[in-house]
Order: sequence, then C-alpha cells, then structure tokens
Amino acid sequence: MLERAIVLGASAVGAGIAMIAGLGPGIGQGFAAGKGCEAVGRQPEAQSDITRTMLLGCAVAESTGIYSLVIALILIFMNPLVNML
Amino acid sequence: MEGPKIIFTIPLLGGIPVTETVVNSWFIILAVFIACRLITRRLQKVPSGVQVLAEKYVTMVCKLVDDTMGKNKQRYAPYIGTVFLFSALGSLISLLGCRAVTADLNTTLSWALVTFVMTQWGGIRTKGLLSWLKGFLDPVPVMLPMNIMSELVNPISLSFRHFGNISAGMVITMLIYSGLAALTNIVFQGLLPVPIFQLGLPAILSIYFDVFSGVLQAFIFCMLTMVFVGMATDP
Repeated sequence: MLERAIVLGASAVGAGIAMIAGLGPGIGQGFAAGKGCEAVGRQPEAQSDITRTMLLGCAVAESTGIYSLVIALILIFMNPLVNML
Repeated sequence: MEGPKIIFTIPLLGGIPVTETVVNSWFIILAVFIACRLITRRLQKVPSGVQVLAEKYVTMVCKLVDDTMGKNKQRYAPYIGTVFLFSALGSLISLLGCRAVTADLNTTLSWALVTFVMTQWGGIRTKGLLSWLKGFLDPVPVMLPMNIMSELVNPISLSFRHFGNISAGMVITMLIYSGLAALTNIVFQGLLPVPIFQLGLPAILSIYFDVFSGVLQAFIFCMLTMVFVGMATDP
C-alpha cells in the first residue's frame, strides 16, 4: 500500500514537473507573435501571409510543450509505473 | 479522463473493438458524402446558393496548394482538402457533445502515416530510388542515423501535436466542469440538484478549445503535410 502511495504521489509530482516545459513554447510563441506584429506594422498589406506563417511557426514551436503534456497525461491517467510494483 | 468507449466488437481475429472514435468518424464521412452529393447534384454555370460556398472552398484549397507546394502539384489538392474537412469536422463534432474524433491518437497517427508514405513515395518517384537512398547520406555518410531519425520523427510529431492540442482542450474543459460542479455544491450546500454554475462559462472557453483550436490544428496539419510533401517532391 505504501509503495503504491509513493509511486502515485511521485507520478503526480512528475506530471507537474513535466509541464514546466510549457515555459519554452510560451516564450517562443510570444516571440513569434511579437515579430509578427512588427512585420504587420511594417507591411500591413501582407497581413494574411504573415498571420499564416506566424500560426504555422507557433504550432511547430508548440510541439515540445505538447510532448510534455502527453507525458503528463500518461503519468496521470494511465500510469505505467504502478503496474511495475 | 477516459479513453473512447467501445461501442461493439467485431467477432473477427479474436474480436476487433470498434470505439466511439470510429463510429463518430463514420458519421462524419456519411455527412460529408451526403453534403457532396447534394451540392454537386445540379451544378450551374453561374453558381448560386451553397454552390458558391463549395466553389470558394475548392478554389481556396487549390490556391493554398499552389502557394505552398509550387506549381504543377495540383494532384495533391484533393487529399489536402479532404483531410482538412475531415479533421476540422472531427474536432468540431465535440460541439454536439460527441467525443472529438481527433482526441484519439489512432486517428491522427493514421493520417500522419499517410503523409509519411506520401512524402517518401513522392521522394522516390521524383528523385529515383538510387538518388533517394543517396539523399540519406547527405552531407556526410556519418549523418545516416540522424537523417533516418529526422524522417521517422515527422509522423510522430505531426500526430502528437494534433492529438495533444485537442485532448488538452478536452481535459481542461472537463476539469472546469468538475470544478464548477464542486463550486455549486459549496455555495448552495448541495440544495440545488443542478450544477448551475456550469452554465455559460464553459461555452466561452469552448470557442477557443473546440472551434479555434480544432480548425487551427486542421489547418496546420494540412500545411505541414504540404510542406513535407512539397519538399520531398522538389526536383
């Protein structure tokens, strides 16, 4: 019972720590959005192209955050570590 | 959070489970099929009604393929248009209370594998088998494992991105729903049988998580597919 509790608690903490990776995409997407605003300010007629490119870049920058999210989801909802006990 | 429910099992090869995801995608396929039949039944030279919308969509996809992949790649346009429609509707079906089709890794991974096969097959067809194989030794032969890895990682990142975004929205919505139910319980001391705080607020979040995120991820999936295939088929 105690081992199970320790594993479950440590998994919850691990899921929380995994989500620290959300910092990276946040910074990256903010940077991309800022640069996008600058570009629109300089060239308002190209707004649709700039928005499209920015959204694409944001989505690609997001992948690392999504990986950490998947790891957190696995740790919380289908914990593989409990079955190892 | 639970995985998709198993609706029924096909008694073949030891039982193939058919999940909610698959059944929902059948509904989407049926809806798209019927819509296509109805719209294209009486085509006119001068479009009117829904025909304008359909023509607008087709023109948009063709232009997007032209802009992103370059000229004479129009034969990929039908696939891109279909995947976009399927993926967008698959995410938007969660507005009807069904489970989103794309919140299941099986769906997105199968699309990503189609993209992967298309990319490699396009590479082989444009470059020829030998120079395609030689491309893995670029720029120095030591890079061979790196090049193979970078090709294999593409479908994984493509599918996890789509799946992660949609299912993250699902998880957050579910957390908010249970939080609001608990809040109602605290405020009304369990006197109210209906969790009244669940009205309103989730709808605003749903605009972002279901509508915006779903359509954006569909667009990004198509965009990345076009970029990968376009790069592989460039001579």
